[in-house]
Amino acid sequence: MTTTKTDAPVVAASNEPTDATEPAGSARSERLSALVQQHGALAVLVLVALVASFSFDSFATVDNFTNMATGSAFLAVVALGMTFVIVTGGIDLSVGSLFALGGVLAAWGSRHGTAVALLLPLAVCGLIGVVNGLLVARSRLAPFIVTLAAMLGARGLMLALTDEGANTYLVAKDSLFAELGQGSTLGLGNPVWITLALFAAGALVLRRTRFGQHVYAVGGNEDAAALMGAPVARTKILVYTLSGLLAGLAGALNAAWLASGVTILGNGMELDAISAVVIGGTLLTGGLGYVSGSLVGVLLLKVIQNVINQIGSLGSSYQLVVSGAFLALVVIAQTWLGRRRRLM
Amino acid sequence: MAEAALRTAPPDRARLLQWLQTYGVYAGVALLLVVNTVITPHFLSAENFRTQAVQVAPVVIVALGMALVIGTEGVDLSVGAVMALAASVTALYLGYGLLPALLAVALFAAGVGFANGALVAFVGVQPIVATLALMVGGRGLALVLLPQLEDLRNPQLASLGSGDVLGVPYLILIAAVLALLVAFVVRRTTFGRQLLAIGDSRPAAELAGLPVRRVLIVVYVVCALLAAVAGVLATARLQASDPTSLGNLMELSAITAVVVGGTPLTGGRVNIAGTVAGAVLIQLLTATLIKHDLPPSWTQIAQAVVIVCAVYAARGRGKR
Repeated sequence: MTTTKTDAPVVAASNEPTDATEPAGSARSERLSALVQQHGALAVLVLVALVASFSFDSFATVDNFTNMATGSAFLAVVALGMTFVIVTGGIDLSVGSLFALGGVLAAWGSRHGTAVALLLPLAVCGLIGVVNGLLVARSRLAPFIVTLAAMLGARGLMLALTDEGANTYLVAKDSLFAELGQGSTLGLGNPVWITLALFAAGALVLRRTRFGQHVYAVGGNEDAAALMGAPVARTKILVYTLSGLLAGLAGALNAAWLASGVTILGNGMELDAISAVVIGGTLLTGGLGYVSGSLVGVLLLKVIQNVINQIGSLGSSYQLVVSGAFLALVVIAQTWLGRRRRLM
Repeated sequence: MAEAALRTAPPDRARLLQWLQTYGVYAGVALLLVVNTVITPHFLSAENFRTQAVQVAPVVIVALGMALVIGTEGVDLSVGAVMALAASVTALYLGYGLLPALLAVALFAAGVGFANGALVAFVGVQPIVATLALMVGGRGLALVLLPQLEDLRNPQLASLGSGDVLGVPYLILIAAVLALLVAFVVRRTTFGRQLLAIGDSRPAAELAGLPVRRVLIVVYVVCALLAAVAGVLATARLQASDPTSLGNLMELSAITAVVVGGTPLTGGRVNIAGTVAGAVLIQLLTATLIKHDLPPSWTQIAQAVVIVCAVYAARGRGKR
């Protein structure tokens, strides 16, 4: 889908996820582009955080940081699953609905014990993920439309379970499940630790396992991956299942944190997750992406939101304008960087 | 593409599938009409048909623009935000009279459409991300311009929303005229041909010397303008500007109508009559479920099933 049609000789595109340092000599500019692509979001995050801490007294406080960390945790878990899907060149629009559905199921299940509260949302959301994966991989339907239907269906299911959203199930107080969401360890909320652990595991899986290599291969070039013997269909089914599971888990954790299964949550969350993943340097065309980048992307979105909240005079709608403009800037920068790398 | 499908599947099934792809949506509408005539009391009244048609008109108008964008192998997620933007701009400029307000709306909408088109055509961003950015930013801008619901008292605007000619509301007339216009453009004009050629294969269209970038920008601008028309009409009907909730999930309804109507997401084909029928099908389905006291959650589940079935049926026609 490139729009460039120059006659410049195209040197082998370095699409591998590792830092492209092998070809000596002319590779400096290419390395710079790769560096900006991978770590640009981190640099912006540090910059924004620095400016904010000098501008607002209430920004660089322990309280504010722990609040932001807990607030980012749930979106981060969803974005982790989205990263895998987008690296295969797909997209999952159902995560916002699955997040809400997971929360409602967890709150309903918590009266039967912590195990049910965790396993029920994982089972249902994972199953919807499997169906998404089967329709995308086996029936070869467009991911965008399949997960759009799943988004509607899952939200419908959630509403059907809660008397059209009128019924909010509460999580039993002082249960182990409530402790999972509300308790804290070493000053940080449990959801934050769980999120960090999931990201560490996700980075290992994507970089160091055969499955991770298949994910990159399928996203880089599906036909080539199939010819090399990579299990294309299985990989796709697995990433959509993973995305469903993580969205359900995030919803369950969020319900534990809020002590109830709130039905109006998760609207538009798929868009936040996609924005975070794209801001983090993952290409929507697939084949290139970083788990760590998605975490940075989520944090950046939250910091921007926090800064706008600190400026009292700006309403929350400015946040949408800034987020939209920021996303546009990031994709423009990405496209230019990608083009430079391809045309080196 | 059709030949390939014929060769791989047994002829009977292939013919059935082809028939379903082309006429399935009309069969669905007919089926719902028949079923409703039998089971729903007071279904066959002019008043009921008028209500249904007025409700479906904005969706049809937005879906027309969406069909054009999908014909170029794109998608426009920002249509709901453009509707909201149209509502707030109408409220802001209505003090100068209806016409200046409409001009201002057109200007804002064209700006959003141009930004979408420029991101897609010049920068080369995938349509789904480019329009996602404008969707988030556009809704935000609408809320910045007008933070909350505002009642509008303008007789001209009110008559636009609820007036009629010979019993046919303006809303329906405008939607019908726009549908005919878009169908004509797609079928009979150079622009329509160019649009479909780009959707079929953008590299081929570029090599053939078509003005690819210009056509893409015009398509996104037209889509935004149509969404703005729908936004103004919905505002006129409400007699209030509601940037918070107007056009929410409209992109999904429009995409559903287009896909159910038999326009493939892979581009290169646009079915305008099918798109209108698709919007009507979803509207009738929703109305049927509501009239029989089934909760809205069922409507969403039913809509999801219809989308998957429609895309599944259209599968053989893709590029594969």
